Amino acid sequence: MNIVKRRLVIAGTIALSLLTAACGSDKASNSTSAPVASDAATTTAASAEATTTAAESSTTEGPASSTPASSVDLSKVTGSLVGSGATFPKGFYDDAIATLAGVAPGLTVEYGGGGSGKGRSDLQEMVVDFAGTDGVVKDADKAAYKGGEFVYVPTVIAPITMSYNLPGVDKLQLSPTSIAAIFQVEVTKWNDPVIAADNPGVTLPDTAIVVARRADGSGTTENFSKFLNAAAGPDAGGTWKLGGASELEWPAGTQAGDGNSGVAQIVSATEGAIGYVDLSDAKANNLTFASVKNKAGKYIEPTLDATTAAAQGTTIKDDLTFFLGWADGDKAYPIAAQTWIIAYTKQADPAKAEALRGFLTYLLTDAQKTAPDIDYAPLPADLQAKALTNIAKIGA
Amino acid sequence: MYESPADLADLRPRRQILDRLFKGSTLASGAVILIVLVLIAWTISGKSLPVFRHEGIHFFTERRWAPTKEIYGALSFIYGTGITALIAVVISVPVSIGIALFTTQVAPARLKKWLVSLTDLLAVVPSVVFGLWGIIFLAPKLAGFYKMVSGWFHGWPVLGDIFGRTGAGRTFMTAGLILSVMITPIITSIAREVIETTPQTDRDGALALGATRWVMITGAVLPHSMTGIVGAVMLGLGRAMGETIAVALVIGSSPTITANLFSSGDSLPSVIAFQWGEATTEVKRSALIAMGLTLFILTIVVNLIATAVVGRATRRVQGA
Repeated sequence: MNIVKRRLVIAGTIALSLLTAACGSDKASNSTSAPVASDAATTTAASAEATTTAAESSTTEGPASSTPASSVDLSKVTGSLVGSGATFPKGFYDDAIATLAGVAPGLTVEYGGGGSGKGRSDLQEMVVDFAGTDGVVKDADKAAYKGGEFVYVPTVIAPITMSYNLPGVDKLQLSPTSIAAIFQVEVTKWNDPVIAADNPGVTLPDTAIVVARRADGSGTTENFSKFLNAAAGPDAGGTWKLGGASELEWPAGTQAGDGNSGVAQIVSATEGAIGYVDLSDAKANNLTFASVKNKAGKYIEPTLDATTAAAQGTTIKDDLTFFLGWADGDKAYPIAAQTWIIAYTKQADPAKAEALRGFLTYLLTDAQKTAPDIDYAPLPADLQAKALTNIAKIGA
Repeated sequence: MYESPADLADLRPRRQILDRLFKGSTLASGAVILIVLVLIAWTISGKSLPVFRHEGIHFFTERRWAPTKEIYGALSFIYGTGITALIAVVISVPVSIGIALFTTQVAPARLKKWLVSLTDLLAVVPSVVFGLWGIIFLAPKLAGFYKMVSGWFHGWPVLGDIFGRTGAGRTFMTAGLILSVMITPIITSIAREVIETTPQTDRDGALALGATRWVMITGAVLPHSMTGIVGAVMLGLGRAMGETIAVALVIGSSPTITANLFSSGDSLPSVIAFQWGEATTEVKRSALIAMGLTLFILTIVVNLIATAVVGRATRRVQGA
């Protein structure tokens, strides 16, 4: 009897483990769609406070009033919009969607994260109405977009900090050259002459450097590495060899965390660690961050003002794509992230087009004013105006 | 009083229908598992074709994983999966067998009950909880320990390589340690079942011949259950190889092949979980699916070996 029972148990376990093995591979594909449901709760939670801010600024002002798109009367817009993509601006979008509920009660907007790549492929397949992306669509890929032509609407910008954990060192200055050396593991101690050269008069400890970076493909990695490529890449006569992309072939021994918060966690838990973390996560984890040397040769702290200054020193292309990193200007912080919402110019349904224009206009006008409260920098006024003209191109 | 033949004849057709229904429904449930397995295997092999067209067999032999340069190699991930599972098994096996022997041979009945439910409880802790515990508590604490150990062995021939230079706490070793905790309840409960099948007469005989408890265990219990325990270990190994999220959180996601257990690495399930979201090109997506296929095949092979080993054990015991 015992043997029979035992056999059953073992057979059962084998069957189970086969099944779990099968499910294991399935889990990965599900995980991409998982975050979609999460923002419904935040939307309702914050809608109460929304009404006040919305009431005092229902008419558009400044550069916005010159363009026809801004004349959308939000209180009359109805419909529902679904978007997905970049997680970097998700905090800003969630906040804006929450306050929007007070101004446009008939309009519901859902923004699921999932990453820029997912946003772009979702829009490509037309499963969402708009996509958030930190990177630009390659020309070669444009033909695959089933809805035809689309526009870029820049929405918000934010600095990427060089956060570090070095007890006793409150002020640290880094040049692109030393950042490149650190992240390629060519410099392994904090008191290396390369880093010391950026910090005259500061005593740096003998601690080993631990590089913290993203495990997942990410727009933050892309913006950070593109900055290094521009500032210390081969074309700039520098030593950065890893290129600029949403994921890199990192040297062995670097430590990876999931998402900005994952990297922040490694930095806060590990003495000697340094990582690239967006400002809001760095602040949330009480991290210390370095000043970074900009193109003009000045060491600049990662503040929102310095980021807006970077946007003023950036060349904006006709389609409103641009790259904020390594911008001109004395006050510009050199490592910054930009993000866009992309949407098709030709919508099948006029109501949908109006809803899209309404939501995007709100992002570019009222929502810009509250962005600094949640550690995002607003766009400079002229870029806001250009974005509004792109919004106006969305029609039916 | 006995039933008349007429009564029996009346019942027969109804019984036959019930019998057939039962047979049919059990067959269907059995078939569902097979169909699901075949469909999964079919889809993932189909979807992984592009990477094999791109890389050929080099997919399995290439160490580098550099999607931006269109280099897709799975070897570092296969290595990471193997080495973490191996660490887990090496740590977990002595502990599991110890627990199994203690509960079956040494512990008093009341304590045994408690121990059994406690180990089973460990099995139901969700793996993401293990992973979070790993990044919040274990990895930061272990970083200092690793530094100390690598200091001891610095400059030694083999041990110096195995316990080499370390960064933070997210390493092969940390992943292996967490896995060892996760597979211990599996190995323990199967080993316990197997050990309990040792005939009481064998044990009594050994004790009657003057054997101590230790000699009784090594002489009668272990030889009887050895193959079954090996099967249990293989099942634990299979579980360790497929674990995704707990490993993904603590392994460091830095594909490497190195003897240094204190280095960060990456594993097959972990890279799938982390890179799927940004897998925007067809080849990269199919490379990740091919990793899933590789893992699927590896776990099936390990489980088949386990079944074979356990089957042989059962036959031998029945023959004796």
